[in-house]
Amino acid sequence: MSRAPSRLSRYARPLLGLALPLTLALGWELAVWLGWSNGRLVPPPSRVFATIVELARSGELTRHIAATLYRVGLGFVLGVVAGTLLGAIAGYWSLARRLLDPTIQALRAIPSIAWVPLFILWLGIFETSKIALIAVGVFFPVYLGVMGAILSVDRKIVEVGRIFRLSGPAMIRRILLPAVLPAYVVSLRVGLGLGWMFVVAAEFMGASEGLGYLLIDGQQLGKPAQIVAAIVIFAILGKLTDWLIEIATVPLLRWQDAFGRERGGA
Amino acid sequence: MLALERVSKTYPNGVEALARFSAAIKQGEIVAIIGGSGCGKSTLLRAIAGLDRASSGTVTLDDEAISSPHAKIGIIFQEPRLLPWLSVADNIGFGLADLPAAERRGKVARALERVGLADKADAWPRELSGGQAQRVAIARALVPQPEVLLLDEPFSALDAFTRRDLQDHLLDLWADTRPTLILVTHDVDEAVVLADRVLVMRPRPGRLFDQIEINLARPRDRNSPLFDSFKRNVLTSLDRSLDRNVPDRDATQGPGQAMWW
Repeated sequence: MSRAPSRLSRYARPLLGLALPLTLALGWELAVWLGWSNGRLVPPPSRVFATIVELARSGELTRHIAATLYRVGLGFVLGVVAGTLLGAIAGYWSLARRLLDPTIQALRAIPSIAWVPLFILWLGIFETSKIALIAVGVFFPVYLGVMGAILSVDRKIVEVGRIFRLSGPAMIRRILLPAVLPAYVVSLRVGLGLGWMFVVAAEFMGASEGLGYLLIDGQQLGKPAQIVAAIVIFAILGKLTDWLIEIATVPLLRWQDAFGRERGGA
Repeated sequence: MLALERVSKTYPNGVEALARFSAAIKQGEIVAIIGGSGCGKSTLLRAIAGLDRASSGTVTLDDEAISSPHAKIGIIFQEPRLLPWLSVADNIGFGLADLPAAERRGKVARALERVGLADKADAWPRELSGGQAQRVAIARALVPQPEVLLLDEPFSALDAFTRRDLQDHLLDLWADTRPTLILVTHDVDEAVVLADRVLVMRPRPGRLFDQIEINLARPRDRNSPLFDSFKRNVLTSLDRSLDRNVPDRDATQGPGQAMWW
């Protein structure tokens, strides 16, 4: 009685998640194939796939993906660096927190898209304004995550560091950094998610390449298959980069005694 | 020698936790500090450790004033407080970062052997039982060879059997280098098993009430009549420290009174 469900869950759990989208996709494919719908506004999977293949063959796809990846990558790095630095400063020095945090929280309350006109005026229509917008999106979750993590480091663990007379830098390196690492990884993943969100907004404002451009282009030329193709690629890239962060940090977080580990994670 | 002179601590909220506590503790002596809750035991220990500064009065170790954590003073807390991201071996070696790696490894290996956890060197703290984790904490505090080791109710979270086992183990480890041990406890049994001298404190504000020398040879037999009579002495003193009426000594010796909090 105990063996069967565990074997089922081991192999069937990932498959279970695929059941719904696969059924819907195959169902729609079948509906179009049987002529119940012409599939013009909602293209069947085969047509989306064909569009992707065509884009890939012409070299267009690589160019668009490269442009988007470059923007997300650079915006993410800038946002992470700024968020980590300011978050660490605000978490570590209470004076800096009282000075900085109210302003940053007020800025956070502004929907980031509202910056777009200003960024275009300041930084021009090309790459700089796009990357700035993405960096802003990434900055806030990373800043909040780092500051919150530092503020919630267990006083008892810090006392162990004090007992062994760690200097300031040693306390940061040997106690604070490892203690905030799990929360930091989460904030990186949230930040990356927002980076992907904002790259679309950024590419809506006058781009000539990038996956967001494919979306706009598909809308203006009435090519829904191209829109869905771009969405699918966004999904794949988003999941892939998130997974990269997860994989890269697994060796650093092996020590965690967490609920998720026992359950086999997400 | 560790000298405490008129050590007082008043917290910012006005609570007077400790009032003019004085004591002199010889090198290698084992002292237990016992008392009702709120008698300032932990406050006193934190002042000796240099974690909190006394409001007035001085703590000196061999004529050196202690106002911040000192290399010659180690502490073991009620919880093991192991660093969860370090293996058991790295936790034990935490205070030895200044030593060359080979020397550190040797010391850690000997300490692991000594606390009987050699097979757990590479384990994570989360994989240890409560007693094993506290053994690692003991090893971590002892491995830099402190002259004074402070223990803040170190065994109170463990079951009775493990507690006994660790008490004996602690004495065994103490015999290696004979540091001064200052042990805060609720447990009269523990105080009498371990200590050369029991300091009884009295609450609100915390101050020294009584001292009882335990002139018993080691190893001590927990079931001997002499052991019992020392226990009764401590219990009677504790009762008086709380201004309880003590009709006669036998009445205070109920089974429920072996633990105090």
